[in-house]
Amino acid sequence: MREVAVIGIGQTKVDEHWDKSLRELAGEAVFAALADAGRESVSAMYVGNMLSGPANKQQHLGAFIADWVGMRYTESMRIESACSSGSAAFRTGLMAVASGAVDSAVVVGVEKMIDSPGDEVTAALATAADADWEVDQGVSFVALNALIMRRYILEYGWKHADFGAFSVNAHTNGKQNPYARFQEGLTVEGYAKAGMIADPINLMDASPMGDGAAAAVMVPLDSLNKNRNGLITVVGSGSATDSLAVHSRTDPLWLTAAEKSVKMAYAQAGIGPEQIDLFEAHDAFTIMAALSLEACGFAERGRAPQLALDGEITPKGRIPIATRGGLKARGHPVGATGMYQIVEVVQQLRGEAHGSQVENAQYGMAQNIGGSGSNIVTHILKRLN
Amino acid sequence: MEIPRHWRLKQQRYALVGEVCPHCEGKIFPPRDVCPHCSGEAKTPYAFSGRGEVYSYTRISDGPAGFEESAPYTIALVKLEEGPLVTAQLTDLGGQPVDIGMPVEMVTRRIRSDGDERGMIVYGYKFRPVMAAQA
Repeated sequence: MREVAVIGIGQTKVDEHWDKSLRELAGEAVFAALADAGRESVSAMYVGNMLSGPANKQQHLGAFIADWVGMRYTESMRIESACSSGSAAFRTGLMAVASGAVDSAVVVGVEKMIDSPGDEVTAALATAADADWEVDQGVSFVALNALIMRRYILEYGWKHADFGAFSVNAHTNGKQNPYARFQEGLTVEGYAKAGMIADPINLMDASPMGDGAAAAVMVPLDSLNKNRNGLITVVGSGSATDSLAVHSRTDPLWLTAAEKSVKMAYAQAGIGPEQIDLFEAHDAFTIMAALSLEACGFAERGRAPQLALDGEITPKGRIPIATRGGLKARGHPVGATGMYQIVEVVQQLRGEAHGSQVENAQYGMAQNIGGSGSNIVTHILKRLN
Repeated sequence: MEIPRHWRLKQQRYALVGEVCPHCEGKIFPPRDVCPHCSGEAKTPYAFSGRGEVYSYTRISDGPAGFEESAPYTIALVKLEEGPLVTAQLTDLGGQPVDIGMPVEMVTRRIRSDGDERGMIVYGYKFRPVMAAQA
């Protein structure tokens, strides 16, 4: 396998983009990534997306986006694994370039959520859960996370307020990111006063929807001058699945797929959690940030809220997360989210994360969670010089 | 709604029929034909008792599409006494507060309808607090 470098990144702001279509958003991110890479074209495209069928009445995004960006005739396909579609597409691009099957690739994650009514989008999101055994009982995605969070709080003796530090950190970092959906910040009081959605999950535990696209360009490292400044390579990649339904997990309070995927990525990179300088975790809900930190070895089982309360997840802490706002403040355009995480890790490793830069970051990790923990993809990127 | 899909699940929805693994005797619900405990083939039907306790719960005030008329309602992970967890609504609560560990039992109730689409009504399992034994 060839070593692979990420040489270009691009993104749109996560927002309600009333004036932009699905293809325009994807195009904006792809053009930005190609320009950043200094390339006019690549030999393959991979599109991460979850909802374009129900939300935009458009499938077949491979050819759809390739044609739009002037890459007609180029290999292109859409990759879907619910909320981890973006990183699954990135892993597909990585495998294609690393194997030598293609010379270069652009990966774009895109989601256009606001064109359809909210209840329809909510129902479409629920298709990430098990239709027969979860969704048909009237459970929503928020409710699944609420079921996990309530049990977690009971088993490990936390209070709801203890999770506020996750949201406050995300929103504080989001203030520094011009691409973040929310840039107003959040106080502990604001978290405590937020309206309840599905007890114990309130509005400030949950990440917002939004429209957005993020992209990256990958090439083999050996095609580049190694003395070039700011080279970023992908040193670890892992992917694992678990049951779609929360009730079928061996332990509903443990992300086994996260643990398995991160162990693959650590082993490939030849490092452990102690070498990771920053971590873009999948904080779709505060409880998911906690479970992800534990599964990746940053906290003991049941202890992640203490990391947050101690300030260890801020850009100056031991393991900074949500450094550009995370899903909570940057926003969670589902199939695009994994690519936003990759773009943000690259920004950190290049030293371009203005306002929330992690000092001298060498290893950055991103973990993208599909469904309630059912399909989890982890990547580790490294700054070479 | 997809009528054949709901029709296929009638044994599970009305009678909580899962499977028992002939190799490790693990009880399986919902049925999946491959034992999650030992990975052996498991196709032997097994009717669950319907008794269990609340493992976790939450209250839904805005129901997802198809459940608007039921809201607000309480949804739970119920730990069946034979082992598996199942996702289901709680019913017949009256004003009674829900607690983790609360004993519950399965009942058959109306789950949802598709309104004017085809006029279909889906029935299935919900769980209610265990009644005190009648004299």
